[in-house]
Amino acid sequence: MSILVNEDTRVLVQGFTGSQASLHAEQCIAYGTQILGGVTPGKGGTEHLGLPVFDTVAEGVRTTGADASLMFVPAPFCKDSILEAAHSGISLIVCITEGIPVLDMLEVKHVCDSLGVRLIGPNCPGVITPGACKLGIMAGEIHIPGRVGIVSRSGTLTYEAVQQITQWGFGQSTSVGIGGDPIGGSSFIDILEMFEADEQTEALVLIGEIGGTAEEQAAEFIQSEMSKPVVGYIAGATAPPGKRMGHAGAIISGGAGTAEEKFAALERCGVLPVKNLAHIGEAVSEATGWARTPVEAP
Amino acid sequence: MNLHEYQSKQLLHEAGVPAAEGVVVRSVGEVAGALEKIGGDKWVVKVQVHAGGRGKAGGVKLVDSAAEAEEFARRWLGQKMTTYQSGGDGLPVNAVLIEPCTDIERELYLAAILDRDTRRIVIMASAEGGVEIEAVAARDPEAIKRSAVDLIAGPMPWQGRELAHQLGLSPAQGRQMGDIVVRLVNLMLRRDLTLIEINPLVVTGAGDLFCLDAKFNVDEGALHRQAGLVDMRDKTQEDEREMHAAEWSLNYVALDGSIGCMVNGAGLAMATMDMIQINGGAPANFLDVGGGTTSERVTEAFKIILSDQAVRVILINIFGGIVRCDLIAEGVLKAIADVGVGLPVVVRLQGNRHQQGLKMIADGAPSSAEIYTEVDLQRAAERCVELAGEKRT
Repeated sequence: MSILVNEDTRVLVQGFTGSQASLHAEQCIAYGTQILGGVTPGKGGTEHLGLPVFDTVAEGVRTTGADASLMFVPAPFCKDSILEAAHSGISLIVCITEGIPVLDMLEVKHVCDSLGVRLIGPNCPGVITPGACKLGIMAGEIHIPGRVGIVSRSGTLTYEAVQQITQWGFGQSTSVGIGGDPIGGSSFIDILEMFEADEQTEALVLIGEIGGTAEEQAAEFIQSEMSKPVVGYIAGATAPPGKRMGHAGAIISGGAGTAEEKFAALERCGVLPVKNLAHIGEAVSEATGWARTPVEAP
Repeated sequence: MNLHEYQSKQLLHEAGVPAAEGVVVRSVGEVAGALEKIGGDKWVVKVQVHAGGRGKAGGVKLVDSAAEAEEFARRWLGQKMTTYQSGGDGLPVNAVLIEPCTDIERELYLAAILDRDTRRIVIMASAEGGVEIEAVAARDPEAIKRSAVDLIAGPMPWQGRELAHQLGLSPAQGRQMGDIVVRLVNLMLRRDLTLIEINPLVVTGAGDLFCLDAKFNVDEGALHRQAGLVDMRDKTQEDEREMHAAEWSLNYVALDGSIGCMVNGAGLAMATMDMIQINGGAPANFLDVGGGTTSERVTEAFKIILSDQAVRVILINIFGGIVRCDLIAEGVLKAIADVGVGLPVVVRLQGNRHQQGLKMIADGAPSSAEIYTEVDLQRAAERCVELAGEKRT
């Protein structure tokens, strides 16, 4: 299997006709993702990338039977668009957009939870199950199907891990970017729980960063609830306190949320900590006992 | 985005929360008029900068004459103030807030924060006001009382009454606290604030609750719907290079090392800094050039990094996902030619078309430029540290 997305995932793109959405929807289609159409209010009835455009999500869902949404809507309108999808029969929303007001996310998260809708992101690269479905902006070519699950708060940093897992020949079951905002739709724990239950996933890589206590909570969950080996990396050991490091959520406040504390929590809870980003592939090998079986670098 | 104390208090007044009615002066000449307007014979004069710790740095003073107030204004206006929060160079003082003197019986702490773990607004109160809350939290976490705001119902007066009760306040003060927390949280919701800190909230001689200081933080993501707050932005309190970078959609944070970094993606940018340190070097900055990296932005990024005199080597680390490394290489070459980078540059490209990109840089670099190319991040970091002369080999 895999988690969240597979070859049967049926997708609508929200904010479909925008430039970023067009670029990435095209790449997703090329990867083999079942993009069935998109939504741009006011442009319903037209075609874009050879696919139907709908005025509303509900109309798109009725017409195409889509169950997932890939969202590129500008930040000021995301609350409206996410709630529209959540109320229109979409069960998985992947929101790429950065800069959604935090108070909007408080309400969005609450509504998605109450409706049983899974939200990934915002401010994330998306989700990919290699060889089956790419629902995001990551480069498909660096992934190969395999047995390592990846969950991360960061985008390009995840690619670094993915590439090592590919080069070591282990491959990925699914790679999930949960996003760099203080309030996201899904936590590390939500995703870890799915990976634990997924037969294809045999080991995990968790990529965290400074700010908040999500990694500490994940570490405790791993210790008490997980049987599969987990390798953990935390970015930001050199970040100064009180400064926001790019991501809205990456800030050490009041001395809390440091990389040191997070690494300590991982280690305490039986996660294999990796301090050097270049050593993630090696650490997975160490944690699992798998030998390196190099594949051609993609 | 931070607000000044006087701006925060202006919002408190609008929300009907009891806080000192002061006057802001921007020159010594305005002081006498301000004192007259406020009345009385004792005043508090406070330097307005975006940093805590003003009191310890001499930026808050009790005065009882116009001469003394003017002396204070003369000493600070146009100067820079350094506190434990301000950073090394300090922050420029352009305004002084003058307030009537408050009769203080007791100092408390009150705050409303957006708690990322519980995904709720949480009201926090403590009997220890006027001191750093982080210090209180570290010494005795139980001393900080909390109450989470229900998402549907919003803030309720009972939350303030209960917190007041836990702090040992009277029932009458509990009613005041109930009113204050409801108004504060509603202000937070209306104005997209991520932090409201009243430190101290005081009990006056007459037994009333009163906000003596106020620190607000505004959600930058919500500025599009908070026009009034955008006008309150004081750019003089922000780092010049960071602001310049923001104009080019670059995320820059200055650090004190010697290896300048230019990276795509915030997480990878942090990880790159960490790699430099692991290998014995020190990063000069955090810089995320973002996804759609153009040669104009790379050029600006070079300029910003080079404006830091301490930089001795520049490391460019790009992982091409959707972004093609050959296009990045083109941008880097153009920028190096335009800016005339006089320092060694290590370019590490990986991912989408990185071989082509690296070849372009190796072939196309002007002979005057000292450019090294790498595929491996570890080797790129080692090379930088070597070039910066921070590691003896």
